[in-house]
Amino acid sequence: MSATTTETHELATRARRLQLAAIYHAKSGHPGGSLSCTDLLVWLWANVYQGVAPNDAEGGEQFILSKGHACPALYAVGAEFGLITRAEALRLRKLGSPCQGHPHVVDLPWTGASTGSLGQGFSVGIGKALAMHHLERSGFVTVILGDGELQEGEVWEGAMSAAHHKLGNLIAVVDYNKLQSDDWNSSICGLEPLADKWRSFGWRTLEVDGHDYDALDKTFAEARTMSEQPTCILAHTHKGQGVGFMEDSPLWHGSVCLTEEQLRDSLVELDTPEAEINDWIEGSAPRG
Amino acid sequence: MVETIETEAPALIGKSGDSMREAFGHALVELAGEREDLVVLDADIAGGTGVHNFRDAVPERFFQFGIAEQNMMAVAGGMASMGLMPVVTTFAVFCLRAVEQARLSIAYSRRKVLIAASHPGLDVGPDGGSAQCFEDLAAYRAIPGMTVLSPADPVEMRLATRAAARHDGPVYMRTGRSPVRRLFDDSHSFEIGRGTQLTSGSDITLVACGVEVGRALDAAELLKQDGISARVVNMPSIEPVDHYLLATCAQETPAFVTAEDHSVRGGLGSAVAESLAANLPRPVEFVGMSDSFGTSGEPDELAEHFAIDARGIAAAAKRALSR
Repeated sequence: MSATTTETHELATRARRLQLAAIYHAKSGHPGGSLSCTDLLVWLWANVYQGVAPNDAEGGEQFILSKGHACPALYAVGAEFGLITRAEALRLRKLGSPCQGHPHVVDLPWTGASTGSLGQGFSVGIGKALAMHHLERSGFVTVILGDGELQEGEVWEGAMSAAHHKLGNLIAVVDYNKLQSDDWNSSICGLEPLADKWRSFGWRTLEVDGHDYDALDKTFAEARTMSEQPTCILAHTHKGQGVGFMEDSPLWHGSVCLTEEQLRDSLVELDTPEAEINDWIEGSAPRG
Repeated sequence: MVETIETEAPALIGKSGDSMREAFGHALVELAGEREDLVVLDADIAGGTGVHNFRDAVPERFFQFGIAEQNMMAVAGGMASMGLMPVVTTFAVFCLRAVEQARLSIAYSRRKVLIAASHPGLDVGPDGGSAQCFEDLAAYRAIPGMTVLSPADPVEMRLATRAAARHDGPVYMRTGRSPVRRLFDDSHSFEIGRGTQLTSGSDITLVACGVEVGRALDAAELLKQDGISARVVNMPSIEPVDHYLLATCAQETPAFVTAEDHSVRGGLGSAVAESLAANLPRPVEFVGMSDSFGTSGEPDELAEHFAIDARGIAAAAKRALSR
């Protein structure tokens, strides 16, 4: 756990600018749920995957973004850590781009799983954890799920089986921004009492502010101590975190077409230098 | 205090005899001795799928998921990503339930997984319409990169299981519930993408897979009594189908019948018709379930009821020849 809070904040801000520019140029994509899990991704890359990308064929740390629609954030963080270029991340959703509209493991092996049909990435993560257990390999499997995703029955099939198989090497992080595609979770199909649900399914369940890096340090440290139970982290987040007019609004779940003005306003909020704003709008990735 | 009553275990249905599922289970045990990466996944029906043999022989490589097929299917994709060779086993109808997991987390992700489906079609018998699956070959055949197999007897079942384990890609394979007639001896060979001509004939070609192969052979005998010379082709590889063999038969016989314990839409019949249409068009009559669900009954009685028995195939041959 080496990255300082200032460095990670700066990384997160750069990743937010990049993902919003990518969604702007794609003319579609999901900004709200990308921004809400950006700090979780940055924390993981800064503290766990720096130097060794996850999902290496030889084993070790494994990672899956089960809420695949948030991949603009994943590509942006991947670009900040050198797994792809910023120019590649900016070709989000374009014909021939490795940055598909949802992560595709054949194009980008470090994404760990092709996702985009909710619930499946979680099961794939259980398969990885079970295989690592069977093959006696060390390391953790970390899966980020959306909160709306928890309405998929497959998630609870998986939750039951992971506890049954005592997968202490599995960490499910719920990006709990309380909003889903059309409305608040509580209006669509309520999830609460959510921590109790995971606990009753046999999971060690922790709660954290998903935008507080110091708190994430402590929570992940606990999650990454091996036990006989899988661990669920309910990361309380805000949809659209970092861009005021998107925060906690279902309007920005997506898939949305950002206007130039909206991108400009977002970049200003993200303390982007004026010259760099024009670069993003023109579609060239700023250096540095 | 509850009094303990000593009883014998109840007799289980269809476990005896030479069934495809038993041959499949034994083939997995044989393979387990040859490759360490082979693991078997079950959703609480090992006794029904034949993998109880594997569970008892290699318990450390047998993984239980409970009655939750969608999770099991995607888990197999994850296990494959770590270098294991998962074999997912359940009934055909539950493979249909998890077809989207097979699509995304196995085929789209290019994971090598064997999906083995027992209890296909009318072969399910008395369990009735809800359990009799006639849509699995069509659904799985439509998935890019998916190989689809339906072997005809226990000898071929063993060979197909071994070929599927060697194959570099995902495979969907039907096994079977009922004891079946042995059609092949130990000299039989199996290759993905290849069919075999079982009998010669010059008037019509009967192409069949699975339990329908035996019925097609019986149909050829019935047709012989009426002076019709029918050749029987066993086509266990439905995707890819044997285009070369079909083109050869099209050159040598003027008409075709396809026979499968499956819907006439999208399965073997469609694969054969697509191949013939692309190469050498011939009239084809399709024997199978035609826009109908199944119903309870014994498999042979159901085959007669839905005209997928030998007489149904023979009648279809006469229709094809009259066109």
